[in-house]
Parts: sequence; C-alpha cells; structure tokens
Amino acid sequence: MTPVATPFFFYMLSGLAIIGGLLVITRRNAVHSALALILTLLAVAGLYLMLYAPFVAGVQIIVYAGGIMVLFLFVIMLVSLERTVKERQFNRIWPVGLLASCALLALLLGVYAKGKTLFEGRPAPPLTESSNTQQIGLMLYGNYMFAFEVASLLLLVAILGAVIMAKKRI
Amino acid sequence: MLDSLKSFLDGSVSGTPGQLNNQVWALIYVLIIFAGVSVAVIAMNWLERKALAHFQVRLGPMRVGPHGLLQPIADAVKLLIKEDIIPAESDKFVFWIAPLIGLLAAFTVYTVVPFGPSQAVSDMNIGILFMLGVSSLAVLGIVMAGWASNSHYPLIGALRSSAQMVSYEVAMGLAVISAILMTSLHGTGLYGVSSLGDGTGTLSMIGIVQAQQEQHVWFLFKFFPLGLIAFVIFAIAMVAETNRAPFDLPEAESELTAGFHTEYSGLRWSLFMLAEYAAMIAVSSIAVTLWLGGWLRPFPNLLSGATWDFIFALFPGLTFLALGAIALLGTVRMPKHPYFKIQTIGLAAFGVVLAGIGVLLLAVPIAAKVSNQSILSRSTEALMNVYWFVAKVAVFMYLYIWYRATWPRYRFDQLMKVGWKVMLPISLGALILTAIVGVLLG
Repeated sequence: MTPVATPFFFYMLSGLAIIGGLLVITRRNAVHSALALILTLLAVAGLYLMLYAPFVAGVQIIVYAGGIMVLFLFVIMLVSLERTVKERQFNRIWPVGLLASCALLALLLGVYAKGKTLFEGRPAPPLTESSNTQQIGLMLYGNYMFAFEVASLLLLVAILGAVIMAKKRI
Repeated sequence: MLDSLKSFLDGSVSGTPGQLNNQVWALIYVLIIFAGVSVAVIAMNWLERKALAHFQVRLGPMRVGPHGLLQPIADAVKLLIKEDIIPAESDKFVFWIAPLIGLLAAFTVYTVVPFGPSQAVSDMNIGILFMLGVSSLAVLGIVMAGWASNSHYPLIGALRSSAQMVSYEVAMGLAVISAILMTSLHGTGLYGVSSLGDGTGTLSMIGIVQAQQEQHVWFLFKFFPLGLIAFVIFAIAMVAETNRAPFDLPEAESELTAGFHTEYSGLRWSLFMLAEYAAMIAVSSIAVTLWLGGWLRPFPNLLSGATWDFIFALFPGLTFLALGAIALLGTVRMPKHPYFKIQTIGLAAFGVVLAGIGVLLLAVPIAAKVSNQSILSRSTEALMNVYWFVAKVAVFMYLYIWYRATWPRYRFDQLMKVGWKVMLPISLGALILTAIVGVLLG
C-alpha cells in the first residue's frame, strides 16, 4: 500500500505535536496541560505510523493516550485546582533551564547539519507492513530478551514501592 | 474517479478499499457504515425501551406511531430543538469538545470492523490493537465531560468511570491476547482440525476470522473450555467498558442523578447517547470477530458446497419476511376502533416495506443461482457475510438489554473486587493454559 499525501501529513502531525507540547507548558490549568499532552502523544503516534511502525503506533495509543493519561487526569482531578492555578508557574532556576535547552538545540542543529558525515552507513530499510509486529516480537524475545525481562523487574519494584507506601501494615 | 468506482466492481479484484488503495470506495464504505450504525442505534433505542418495558410488564412507548415505532425520531427532534445549556462556571472549551471526543472514538473503530473478507474500510496489520487503543480513548470524553461540568455528581461519575475502565481494560486485554494466541496455535484440542501453518499469528481482524475458517473452529470452542473462559471474561469486561448495567456506576441514577452527563442537555446529551450505543456495537463486533467466527456462516466447512451455500444465502431474505409477517400480524391484532385507523395503516405499510426488502434479498441469491452472473454471485456473498456478522452482533445487543433488565447494579467496591481479584487472575490463567495446551498439542 503506497502512502498518500506524505509531506502534508508529516507537517500536520509534527505541527500538532509541537503546538501540543507548547500548550503543555504554557497552560495554567493542569487539566488543560494534560489534554494538550494527549494531543502531542496522538500526533507522535501518527508519526510512528508514517515511519512504517504500526505496532509502535498502536502501543503508543493504548499505553500512553488511553492508559497513562487517563490515570494522570484521574490524579489531577483529585487535586484542588483553585490553589494550583494561583501559584507561581515558573520557578527561579529558569536560567539553568534556558542553558540546557540551548545546549539541546545546538546539538540538534549540529546533528542536522553534519549528521551525514558523523553517522556513516545507510538507514535500515523499513520492515514490510505485514511482518512488522512479528519482527518486533522476534527482536524483543530474541536479541533483547535480557533487557526486556529486566524492564519487567523494574515495574515489579515500582509496584512493590506503591504497595509499601499505601499499606501501613503488610 | 469514475475509473476507481468501476475498477472496484470489476469481478477480477477482491479486497478491502484500503488494500486496493481505492479512496473513493473507502469513502463510500465509511458513509455506508456511518449511516448503518446510526440506523442501528435508532433501532436499538426503540428495541431497548420496548424490551425493557415488556420485561417489567409494561407496554413501553405506544403513542408515537404504531407500537411507538416513530418514538426515536420524535425523541431526536425534541433533543435537536431543546435549549443548549452550558453551565456558567463550566470550562467551556472542554465541555464543548468532550462529547465530540467520545463520538469520534466510538466511530473511528469501525474502520477495521470486518463485515466480510472484503467488506471493511481497511484491513490493518494491527487491526485489533487499533480497535482496543481507539476505544480506550472513549474514557477521555467521559472524564473531560465530568470535570468540565464543574459540579460534584459529574466529577464523581467521571472518577468512577476512569477507575472502572482502566481496571477492566486489563482483563479485557488478556482475554483478547489469548484469542490472538489461538490464531498461531494449530493444535486441534477437542474440536477443529490441525492446519498447516508456519505458526505465525495475526493481529489483523480479517486475518483472525480467516484463521478460524482455516482451523475449522470458532475460537469460542477451541481448546474447550479455554476459549469459552476467555470469551466470558471479555463479554463481562465489555459491558463494564461501555458503562452499561450492571456496571453503570458512572451514571448511577439513584446516587449520581445522571453521572458524568448530568449537566448536558439537548444535542450534546444525544451525542453521548449515540457514542455509548456505537461503542456497544463496536465492542460486540470485536467479540464476534475474535470468538464467534466474524462473518462466517454456521458450519462453513461441514455443510459446504453450492447447495448449502444457496440455502444459507436465503436466510437474510427469510429474516426480513418473518419481520414483515410479525408486523402484519400486529396489524390484525390492532384495536378495531376508528381512533387506531391511521396507526393500523402505518403498521401495515411498515410490514409491507419489511416484506418487500425480504423479497428483494431473496431475489438476489435466486437470480444469481439462475443466471450465473459474477456480479450477482458476488453481491450474494457480500449480503451473506454482512448478514451473519450483523446477526451475531444483534444477539449481543439483545444481551445488553437483558442484562439491564435482570441484574441489580454492583456496589463500587464489589466492582473493583470482581475486576481485579476475579477477572484478572482467571484471564491470566486462561492465557497461560492456552499457551501450554497449544504447545503440547501443536
């Protein structure tokens, strides 16, 4: 299946992602920020789709937009919003933040300008759509088995921590 | 454009518009599905009110049209012309966009619902993942609506809803995984035949149904009773996911007035209702696709051959004839008083229209049998696929009404207990056992 109107969708999705990202940090209301973050995550899922990675796009929607962000909203709604809206939105260490983001921008521009000479070798050809999921499964349970299993251990630690914090007597 | 219109009808090609990269027909399919789902929601609205009334020994709507048949239209007109109220202290933008998000999420999933091997808008490689992902976005609409109303009952409804949907999604996902696992396991179990595959499963909705066809078994019966257990888990979780009774805590009338849509009125409220019913049909079609053989007619392999195909192709027409006969029987049973004259005529006309559709649907397979034209036999096949899919989904729709009439609502702690302590371990166990049995028998 050949892609349709690729540049149009690319610019639309990246524009949406950037607008959403800006809204996340500029909105005073935390719920609005969370909704803008959902917009960003969905736009990024669309970009994954354009990179011939349908499985990653689907997981992005299920896990981030459908799961984690719902929990985010759940928590934000329990917090008293009236107080947080009146609080200072920007803290005093903004020069450090500015410096860090400038360094990141410089890195981005440098890679953009000299990327071809810095990283040699061609990019891997995109996986065919019909075997994409299968390839990811083989990678995760083959080459990267150890890292995959260790990640699950990390999640177990997080769960244990949550249980210990929530329960007074175990 | 005309070329792409024609090329799709040409007998030599087959496949979904998405596979054939045919945008014109994709658009036509989208419009057909949108219209079909909307009509189904209207019909479901009437049926639910009537069936619930009969469960409770009432008559239900009787005034607008014969047996209240025009009641949904009257309701829709009333909702459209009602005043649109937005609470003064609400968050206007979020309040405005919340019903739209719910509606979009509910209707987007129909992109991949396979009404037949080529009767779907598109066949994605990640079909079932896409469906679960997009339908999990529906909770956002509910949460946003509850929060934006800036009122206590809607907020409690939204909190309950998000907790409930996140909890039941886990069990639902594990049940779905065990069905997907079955597409790759070619072992026989109690029923079915062993087919030669390379042991690769599929996430594509059409591929899942084709796997059931190849293995000669609905996944409901595969590795009996493991498929059945996963199916039951999914059937319970999907009721919880769509916020229907007995899991309708987010809109529990006795405690929260109307839950998350308390502050909504008129058109926006009707959008929520449309989204809820569309989501019900969507999750039912997931269940039908994964466990009940999707568009496959009963016994496609045991009772195969041209004769059996022809006999099963008569079913759609016969169903509509039977519905028409019921309507005409109702005409006879109408009171003979002059007051009911117009209603009797209306019901008779409705019966005649249904019977006419039945005759038309009978004519297609018979003409195909007689004349042997490819376009007619293809439309017969399409008709049959869509009919069996819709018939299976309709059973689930009736079950939803039945549940609502039968069971009392859960308490919230009971709901969480069932979700986490009963459904989750059972679905996890069923998944592990499916894998073990599949490897042992395969």
